[in-house]
Amino acid sequence: MQLLNKKPESLLDVKMHYCPGCGHGIIHRLVAEVMDELGIRSRTIGVAPVGCAVFADTYFNCDMIQGPHGRGPAEATGIKRAKPDSIVFSYQGDGDLASIGMAEIVHAAIRSENITVIFVNNAIYGMTGGQMAPTTLIGQKATTCVDGRTAKQAGYPIKMSEMLATIDGATYLERTTVHTAPGVLKTKSAIRKAFQNQIDGKGFSLVEILSMCPTNWGTRLDNPSEATKFVAEGMLPVFPLGVYKDACAADKK
Amino acid sequence: MYQGIKISGFGGQGVISAGYLLAQAGMMEGKEVSFFPAYGAEMRGGTANCSVVVASDEVTTPIVTSPDTAIVLNEPSLAKFEPTVKPGGLLIINSSLVNSKATRTDIKVIYVPCNQVAGELGNAKIMNMVALGAFAAATGAITIDAIAKALPKVYKKLKPEVIELNVKALKRGAEFKLN
Amino acid sequence: MAEKKLMKGNEALAEGAIRAGCRFFAGYPITPQNEVPEYMSWRLPQVNGAFVQAESEVSAINMVYGAAATGVRCMTSSSSPGISLKQEGISYCAGADLPVFIGNVMRGGPGLGNIAGAQGDYWQATRGGGHGDYRTFVMAPNSVTEMANFPHKCFEVSFKYRIPSMVLADGIIGQMMEPVEFKHPEVDVKTLVEPDWAIGVNGGRAKRIVKSYDLREGYLEVMVNERVKRYKQIEASETLYEEKMMDDAEIAIVAYGTSARVSVAAMKLAREKGLKVGLFRPITLWPFPKARLVELSKRVKKFLVVEMSLGQMVEDVQLALNGRAEVHLHAKPGASVMTADEVYRTMDNIVKKGAKEYAAAK
Repeated sequence: MQLLNKKPESLLDVKMHYCPGCGHGIIHRLVAEVMDELGIRSRTIGVAPVGCAVFADTYFNCDMIQGPHGRGPAEATGIKRAKPDSIVFSYQGDGDLASIGMAEIVHAAIRSENITVIFVNNAIYGMTGGQMAPTTLIGQKATTCVDGRTAKQAGYPIKMSEMLATIDGATYLERTTVHTAPGVLKTKSAIRKAFQNQIDGKGFSLVEILSMCPTNWGTRLDNPSEATKFVAEGMLPVFPLGVYKDACAADKK
Repeated sequence: MYQGIKISGFGGQGVISAGYLLAQAGMMEGKEVSFFPAYGAEMRGGTANCSVVVASDEVTTPIVTSPDTAIVLNEPSLAKFEPTVKPGGLLIINSSLVNSKATRTDIKVIYVPCNQVAGELGNAKIMNMVALGAFAAATGAITIDAIAKALPKVYKKLKPEVIELNVKALKRGAEFKLN
Repeated sequence: MAEKKLMKGNEALAEGAIRAGCRFFAGYPITPQNEVPEYMSWRLPQVNGAFVQAESEVSAINMVYGAAATGVRCMTSSSSPGISLKQEGISYCAGADLPVFIGNVMRGGPGLGNIAGAQGDYWQATRGGGHGDYRTFVMAPNSVTEMANFPHKCFEVSFKYRIPSMVLADGIIGQMMEPVEFKHPEVDVKTLVEPDWAIGVNGGRAKRIVKSYDLREGYLEVMVNERVKRYKQIEASETLYEEKMMDDAEIAIVAYGTSARVSVAAMKLAREKGLKVGLFRPITLWPFPKARLVELSKRVKKFLVVEMSLGQMVEDVQLALNGRAEVHLHAKPGASVMTADEVYRTMDNIVKKGAKEYAAAK
């Protein structure tokens, strides 16, 4: 028998705590595969967020740091400036990055910090139990908007990639998804590019990844297609996929 | 010897740099010194002031609340600081800009037309040096020579001829004595 | 001897930190500490260090959290309202055992207060300030030369015990200029050994994690108790204070920072008038020099705490003395400075009142 697909070296062989149907496991694996392929594991430092991915510090097989909610890009800035030879990535959810950590992510982009940001957008607070996120869709139910988010009461979902694209310091911004197999493959190549940019010293790169949260969306755990359907029909129209900024490509022209 | 000095005037009259210069000169003369500028919002227009201590022994508080000498370069400063001068202390008044006279009789007062003298020397900016010259001569707390030597340390970009002009202003100031 | 240099307190603090090996600084503008980031911005690149002007104090402390985790000596500074914003980050630094160095050049508060010098952050600095059970090593300079030299001690203690450290100065010490003397030899950062907990380019060793949490039952207690042991060592070995004219003193003034400077003037005034007054100046505010106060109370029965706050340090003096001596307070809150004369009059009243009570008892 031939082993076709082994666990990446950059991911430890430990049991993850993520719920059935959650996208974090897929995204962790993609980041780990990219670290393996680029041969950067021994000089990579990951910044774990506050939120469901808080335990990412125990899953990745590289040096990790875990700090306050939303401050990942600031921690990454300190690490990268203190140790310029290291490769630094900040792994953040939508509450962490787009709500409490809005200033940190925007200013990391403004300074064009030479870091890689993995931004997992599942339109809900996971760890705290399904509260409304800044990315929650209009009409989407959450524990702090039980009848669904209304624009009148809570405004509109924030489109981070579009907003960050207005910043001169942002080098590379792409929104992808992991709700389909082709989406997963595309996400991996985006993550790879975001790390390669850092290796090449090109500045701030961020991949926004649309992901599933069956537990807090209230979709059926025994039928994952309900959650992927929510991504396809609910999230994609609000958060269109694509490259929002590619200063490297512009350089080549 | 323990001299607590208060210098006060409009922003732009060289209040802060005069204080800095006194401290630098005192230090170069081997004395203990401190310099404390009023800072921040107080610097944006209006009246600026600073505290300087020149002493033969340890400087205690760097904030001079009852000065041995007050140098007032504008009218509001006279009103504010004349009452604070220690009995027997010295008040130097820039009579070019201050029309009022001192009212206290328990202190020594010297009127120095700082702006007028600076104008005669051809540079309005050096009016603060005229006041410092009068201070040095009247108190002996510090020598004109020491202030002259400190000038290039404080004003690093000044040309030698401008330094010389500053020294002239110090010497002219020293001519104004107590009546 | 090198030529004496007149330096501003804030600049001396920055230069002192660099000479003590600081190679990373992140900060945000706030009066009256602006000279610290301004100085760092041009000075750090000269020694291959990095400076970042952060978007907020919150971000600055977290940049330092990240940089400190790599084992580099690093610093942030601010003034009172900005230090409030940093408290969450300081708590995380304490929880992750990171040796960060923080400068607080205090101004008037609460709220926006004003920009004049004050000592109202004593409780915040010595009680932890942020959430959770932790301590910060706190030093209180009373001169520009101490501003220049305390960073050395702070880094030493921070790295030895893995604890955040703070220089707690007031705006007057930060803004004043005095001749400065750098007493420690400059630290050659190349000779510093990388700590065995630092994250970074790992060259194949086992992974390291820097974190402040442990959600497993009972584990946080173990983590905190291990830290408490280090706190006890610090209390036993790193407490600092200064005494002036205490040998024959009948009244001891207890004061730090600018209050201590004014108190020296008040003490001299009192001595001229025949009052036997001495000064006890805590140099470390945590650990507070409790044991020495207790020793002094065997012969000094009147203590006067002088502080530019509503009566914060006085509680530490009362806790230390625990009824062994009278504890009086000369408080000056609201970012104004007491005069030597005012302090003298307070002492005079204490003595006269004491004499009257003595006569009445007779």
